[in-house]
Amino acid sequence: MAITKKQSTALAKQVFEYAPAPEAIDHIKIQPRYGLFVGGRMVAAHSKKRFPTINPATEDKLSEIVEADEVDVDRAVTSAGKAFDSWARLSPSRRARYLFRISRIIQERSRELAVVETMDGGKPIKESRDVDIPLAAAHFFYYAGWADKLEWAFPNRKPSPIGVAGQVIPWNFPLLMLAWKIAPALAAGNTVVLKPAETTPLSAMVFAEICMQAELPPGVVNIITGAGKTGSLLVSHPEVKKVAFTGSTEVGKHIQRAIAGSGKHLTLELGGKAANIVFEDAPLDQAVEGIVNGIYFNQGHVCCAGSRLLVQESIAEPLLEKLKRRLSTLRLGNPLDKNTDIGAINSRAQLEKIQGLVESGIEEGADLYQPECDIPTRGFWFPPTLFTNVSQSYRIAREEIFGPVLSVLTFRTPAEAVEKANNTPYGLSAGIWTDKGSRILWMAERMRAGVVWANTFNRFDPSSPFGGYKESGYGREGGLHGLLPYVELN
Amino acid sequence: MATALSLTHLGSLMRGVRSVDEVGADERAASLAKRSIKKSSKLWALDLAIRCMDLTTLEGQDTPGKVAAMCAKAIRPKPGDSTIPSVAAVCVYPLRIADCVEHLHGSTVRIASVATAFPSGQSFTSIKVAETEEAVRAGAQEIDMVIDRGAFLSGDYQRVYDEIVAVKEACGQAHLKVILETGELGTYDAIRRASILAMAAGADFIKTSTGKVQPAATLPVSLVMMESIRDFVRETGRPVGFKAAGGIRTAKQAISYLVVAYETLGSDWMTPERLRLGASTLLNDVLMQIDKERTGAYQSPDYFTID
Amino acid sequence: MEVRKTYKLFVNGEFVRSESGRAYRPDGLVNVPRGSRKDLRDAVRAARTAFSGWAGRTAMNRGQILYRAAEMLDGRAAQFVELLGGGARARRELDQSVETLVWYAGWTDKIGQVTGNVNPVAGPYFNFTIPEPTGVVAIVAPEEPALVGLVRRVAPALCGGNVVVALAAESHPLPALTFAEILATSDFPAGVVNIVSGQRKELLPWLATHMDINAIDVAACTSDEMKTVEAAAADNVKRVIKTRSEEHSPHLITAFMEMKTVWHPIGV
Repeated sequence: MAITKKQSTALAKQVFEYAPAPEAIDHIKIQPRYGLFVGGRMVAAHSKKRFPTINPATEDKLSEIVEADEVDVDRAVTSAGKAFDSWARLSPSRRARYLFRISRIIQERSRELAVVETMDGGKPIKESRDVDIPLAAAHFFYYAGWADKLEWAFPNRKPSPIGVAGQVIPWNFPLLMLAWKIAPALAAGNTVVLKPAETTPLSAMVFAEICMQAELPPGVVNIITGAGKTGSLLVSHPEVKKVAFTGSTEVGKHIQRAIAGSGKHLTLELGGKAANIVFEDAPLDQAVEGIVNGIYFNQGHVCCAGSRLLVQESIAEPLLEKLKRRLSTLRLGNPLDKNTDIGAINSRAQLEKIQGLVESGIEEGADLYQPECDIPTRGFWFPPTLFTNVSQSYRIAREEIFGPVLSVLTFRTPAEAVEKANNTPYGLSAGIWTDKGSRILWMAERMRAGVVWANTFNRFDPSSPFGGYKESGYGREGGLHGLLPYVELN
Repeated sequence: MATALSLTHLGSLMRGVRSVDEVGADERAASLAKRSIKKSSKLWALDLAIRCMDLTTLEGQDTPGKVAAMCAKAIRPKPGDSTIPSVAAVCVYPLRIADCVEHLHGSTVRIASVATAFPSGQSFTSIKVAETEEAVRAGAQEIDMVIDRGAFLSGDYQRVYDEIVAVKEACGQAHLKVILETGELGTYDAIRRASILAMAAGADFIKTSTGKVQPAATLPVSLVMMESIRDFVRETGRPVGFKAAGGIRTAKQAISYLVVAYETLGSDWMTPERLRLGASTLLNDVLMQIDKERTGAYQSPDYFTID
Repeated sequence: MEVRKTYKLFVNGEFVRSESGRAYRPDGLVNVPRGSRKDLRDAVRAARTAFSGWAGRTAMNRGQILYRAAEMLDGRAAQFVELLGGGARARRELDQSVETLVWYAGWTDKIGQVTGNVNPVAGPYFNFTIPEPTGVVAIVAPEEPALVGLVRRVAPALCGGNVVVALAAESHPLPALTFAEILATSDFPAGVVNIVSGQRKELLPWLATHMDINAIDVAACTSDEMKTVEAAAADNVKRVIKTRSEEHSPHLITAFMEMKTVWHPIGV
């Protein structure tokens, strides 16, 4: 089998496109239509309105979902209210055991959940398999352990639960955000009504089954589906004492206004426009990985995405060359393929938003770079995109795009990097890449952001608090600090 | 040969080599190891793994008989199956070169010999040069030298550099692979520094390990070396090959090295001229995997000859 | 014949008249400046300018300055007791105010230890969480008690490294305006604390909507006021602090703080 070098190279290009390696989906049972999870079982909705949830990679309909109305919301909240007393009074170690049990069932059903997440949301299976689902299970495991140790979390105080929590979550990490919301709430003795995003309700429907499998007492967790209106009804319901929202800053502000004066507790985890700052002495190859992970992870549908690359001018050229080369190796396509790096954009609306902002970047004078890549004909897709020659004033440098679009800016001195990084109404995260320890700490101290990744990016852990400064919201999720929003301290 | 740099401040230049974040490199390598290679790509990758293999025996007990058997396997890895290609080279101690010359005659398999007081490298430069010259004279087409790790770790970069230059010169037409023995260097920073040093001194290939020290080749170490190659090529335009050696025993491992090379260096490196896998027991596992892919049934070692 | 004092606003380390030139007489005789939205604007600007310096002070140094304020206040105890109406109740309020300053002075270099963490993440990373000041904090002082009510909100905010724009009790502004003299002589850098007197109804909306205020303390507000403030605060996602705390509490310090989490790989 004599192969010349030329043939061999051609073959390598062709073959190392990797043969398709799709995750099996034959073990997944998605029902044609779902009801609501209220009072410990799936119930028919009062609302007759339904909407389809589709696979954004194929535009095929996966299932039909209820758009819960006022009566449905009231039933769910009432159910949570009824369950509250006994759940709050239940021995804390029992509460812990239910949460441990849920964590274990998520692990047992992890592949099913990963596939559902990927089909419903468009994210690459390697991410749902290796990040979303394991972290969701870990989150329940972590907070399970807190349930009977709350006095140790708040010395000199008697922590008690608040009541019914109304929780509204986004579509970028559906099950993980569900875990971030439900785990600490339950551990502290609250009951919940949760509304998943309208484009990604399916993993929450599987989670409803998991609650039943865990024999969680009826009403402790209730899940209702719908869009913005349903969410608004939920957070405004008078019996909801605690509101937790993750999503856009715009909707977060709306919620803050809507519940003003109601006495409800509120935590918000909103948008971001993080700076990822690379100094000239950075470990460049790892910085490139961090930049890629920072903005192209989950198609850039990440509130803490490193969407502004601030690179020291002295290394801008070699760094960008490396980065562009790396972009050409990213594999966009079928999210169920295990080798896919960039999946589908979550919805048509989101795709249009990304397209609009990218057009504005071109119009404002930034230089666009996109690697060659085949875009599937069906579904919603956007190639990894990089803008150079970007000014702070451009929309692409100021507005959250929530897509795989990176804006590159340069700086000359650390002070200038700090100034540019903080020059935004947001303050969720920041990245720092440098080999110099004292500079890392100096920079970390000055970043007006809730999470600072130094020489890494987009790392998450249940024990690590997450949340923003300024318009990125308030309150923390994860860690000991993530308990605080769910307790009254007497 | 590559221009030997005459640098009076090699030490400070070496300390200026960019650092590597260990955790980041480990994670990148781990994510590449998760690439799923199936069907046609897998068969092609397995074929490439054989074509890039340096079938190796480096034991005190090596005899002409042992080497003869290995040479037969190198030429025709699976007797009776002409679709299985020959390996790239055999790799032996200098005293066994003559056996290889005898048994590889007429084949495409090249003869590689270790030299320079392998595996420790703790000898006189004059001896190392002489050993290299003798090996080439005996018929070695490739020389796998070791760097003087003692000199490297003590900061005497000039000595390491000069020795590589001298051995390269002694190689004449033979290709020089420079073994860094990464398991003794301690950090990825040092591995990167040693890679740049070896390439600057004229190495045709840089190679991870002797196989005599643990850990030998690992995926992240290979990634770091390949990234160094990538940067060196960018700076100088001179392509340098990469050889992983030591501890590569399974087809799955071999494929993951190919994936890292492909994604780091690109398709131009998917050739034995620029990529080698040094191994003594890998070949049979690759053959078994090829049969598994072809027949659909898992294989037994009893059906594959141990030579 | 006594030499009367002209009461002034305390902005950017200086005692100034209201730019509006207005005054009101809550106690009948004394003219008190009736601060305007522009006075608030100036105060916020001064505070913002002072923020990085104050937040960047060592915790020890902030503690010493707060303790210095306690010393100054205690040293002028008689004057304050008289200002608070005399008698045992006034004396108690003064003592409580001093005690509050002393208590928080001791917290500056402990709050990070008590509320910060090293988080045991599942991976080769060092991960820690520390509290940091949220920035410019607006504080609405309660009408009663006029001195300790203010001190109990201002001290924890300053303790955590924030800078403050405080609205003095409308009906009893003199203790607050006199307390500014304590602050002015306690080594607080200019702009770190600003005290404005005036009418709450007029000034509160300007605080609530100000885009450069990071948090607003409305524990002393009526429920109607709270509702208005909460709605307006959404414009820049201000933190609205409602924690009613009669006593000292480290949770009141962290109510004015943000938790920052920093990750770094652990490798060789």
